[in-house]
Amino acid sequence: MKHEWPLWEVFIRGQHGLNHRHVGSLHAPDAEMALKIARDVYTRRNEGVSIWVVEAAHITASSPSGKGPLYEPSESKVYRHPTFFDIPDEAGHM
Amino acid sequence: MYAQMVTSEATQDDPEKLAVFQARIDAGEKVEPKEWMPEGYRKTLIRQIGQHAHSEIVGQLPEGNWITRAPTLERKTILLAKVQDEAGHGLYLYCAAETLGVSRDELTEMLLDGRMKYSSIFNYPTLTWADMGAVGWLVDGAAIMNQVPLQRTSYGPYSRAMIRICKEESFHQRQGYHIMMKMAQGTPAQKKMAQDALNRFWYPSLMMFGPSDKDSVHSAQSMKWKIKMNTNDELRQKFVDQTVPQAEFLGLTVPDETLHWNDEKGGYDFAEPDWSEFFDVIKGNGPCNTERLAARNKAWDDGAWVREGLMAHAEKKRTAKLAAE
Amino acid sequence: MTDQTALFEYLLRLGDNTLVLGHRVSEWCGHAPVLEEDIALANTALDLIGQTQMWLGLAGEVEGAGRSADDLAMLRDVWDFRNLLLVEQPNGDFGQTLMRQCLFDVFHVELLTELTRASDGNIAAIAAKALKEVTYHLDRSSETVIGLGDGTEESHRRMQAALDLLWPYVGEMFTPDAVDDAMHAARIAPDLTALRSRFDIRINDILTEATLTKPDSNFAQSGGKTGFRHTEHLGHMLTQMQWLQRAYPGATW
Repeated sequence: MKHEWPLWEVFIRGQHGLNHRHVGSLHAPDAEMALKIARDVYTRRNEGVSIWVVEAAHITASSPSGKGPLYEPSESKVYRHPTFFDIPDEAGHM
Repeated sequence: MYAQMVTSEATQDDPEKLAVFQARIDAGEKVEPKEWMPEGYRKTLIRQIGQHAHSEIVGQLPEGNWITRAPTLERKTILLAKVQDEAGHGLYLYCAAETLGVSRDELTEMLLDGRMKYSSIFNYPTLTWADMGAVGWLVDGAAIMNQVPLQRTSYGPYSRAMIRICKEESFHQRQGYHIMMKMAQGTPAQKKMAQDALNRFWYPSLMMFGPSDKDSVHSAQSMKWKIKMNTNDELRQKFVDQTVPQAEFLGLTVPDETLHWNDEKGGYDFAEPDWSEFFDVIKGNGPCNTERLAARNKAWDDGAWVREGLMAHAEKKRTAKLAAE
Repeated sequence: MTDQTALFEYLLRLGDNTLVLGHRVSEWCGHAPVLEEDIALANTALDLIGQTQMWLGLAGEVEGAGRSADDLAMLRDVWDFRNLLLVEQPNGDFGQTLMRQCLFDVFHVELLTELTRASDGNIAAIAAKALKEVTYHLDRSSETVIGLGDGTEESHRRMQAALDLLWPYVGEMFTPDAVDDAMHAARIAPDLTALRSRFDIRINDILTEATLTKPDSNFAQSGGKTGFRHTEHLGHMLTQMQWLQRAYPGATW
């Protein structure tokens, strides 16, 4: 029988309350095992307090060729960034 | 290095696409898994990352050889944690290679039947406890030389794996040097052991960087693609320059009578390793090639029923869950 | 037997169990069926060796003869070891290793849970730390035993064989002797009979889910925790584990 354990993507939230972040992948027979393995492989140095695992096959990714239409339009929306607005120092911290 | 003598694959792609691709790399952009890439880039990377991963896995064995004989409980935990890290590094790298369209099982089978290589260094035996020091200090030291620049490599998943690996690896070399310090300052027998380990591991460590690649077309292509960041000679020189003072600090003698400081180039002149030995090891005639591959094959064969058993159970659970819904 | 002697003996039992089992599990490093398991097994071994440092460290203090945890680990001979026969059994195949682990983990979790309430503060503190680690070990080993027991025909057969092989070493964990009685009287150690019934409930659940059959016989080998008669395996393990300290006495590493 040839049957490789499926691939899982691992996301970990660290101690400081930031979002779960993709840290890597692993192979596991099912979600429960994937969680345990993620704990063993990716939190050996106290890296996290919460783990998500998702079977890689279930991730829908944006297409790299669609990069232009997807992301470039936001490049011109400079007014979304605070540095766009010139505020005199005298107005104080803002 | 861990990926020695990886020849880059010829590429026969649309020149226009190639030019755009090269421009992206030159601009420092990362290439990501599903993006277009030259076939040669993809194949070279699979071979290089795969070989790197195999080296981590086979690299568990020479040090694993001493886990059950570590002299103190603390040394045992440190060594075990280090060898465990190597398994982790192999895992990260296999995952990076998988993003290029090859499975870990395929890569593993290519290692096991000899189609893919691993670093020559792991075909040398570890004979005394001082070898745990020498391996950490010299072998990990040499590996780090290569891996630090690879954090900037052009392929995103490879680069990210290297960043994680470098972060974890920072303690490996230090623990090795720490062992050497204890031995060099220890009893006469310990000091002798330390010198003996240096004698045996010095030239094999220099070989890790691979033969001179000044004139290699393959290296030039890989460097252009930023999957190889420095020439073998640059890295070897850097390694010698860093390591010689460390040996002096230990009061140990580098086994090279020609070794001397060259003011003009601002580095040491040193003797080349015996490259015929290197090619023998690469061809499978190193002192431990047979044992190393046999150990990996045994682990793989003996483990088949476990991998299959756990998978079968997971499938049963899935089916039962579906039926219940 | 004075309480102090019994306490020393008892701490050796705790520390030798984790020392010997940690050592056995560490033998897998680099040879496990799949990378993920290799890493997980190393974590278990690291936990156990860490617990050894605490238990044997405390044993050395209680003894008061200036012996460190390392001295106790590296410089005693077979008859001075106080570990259960179960943990010194060889690894065998992966199934045998995980079955041994699971049987010990169930016992270990129940024991440490009780020890967190020990009248001796040092013991309670070590037990509390170890219990967190060991709860995870049990999670993992029981899940694997279940998965392999209820996996393929071959994995089922191997797990049943492992259970049959190791079952005779279960009884020793729960057979009280003078040391256990003294520690129970001192409100340190739990009543082993009560522990056994909790063990049985847990292990029955695991074995049922794993579709494995508990052997009929409750015959129990003994001689490990008293040190009276270990199996031959322990001596071979010590020749490796202690070799450097024996060959180069007095050296620091």
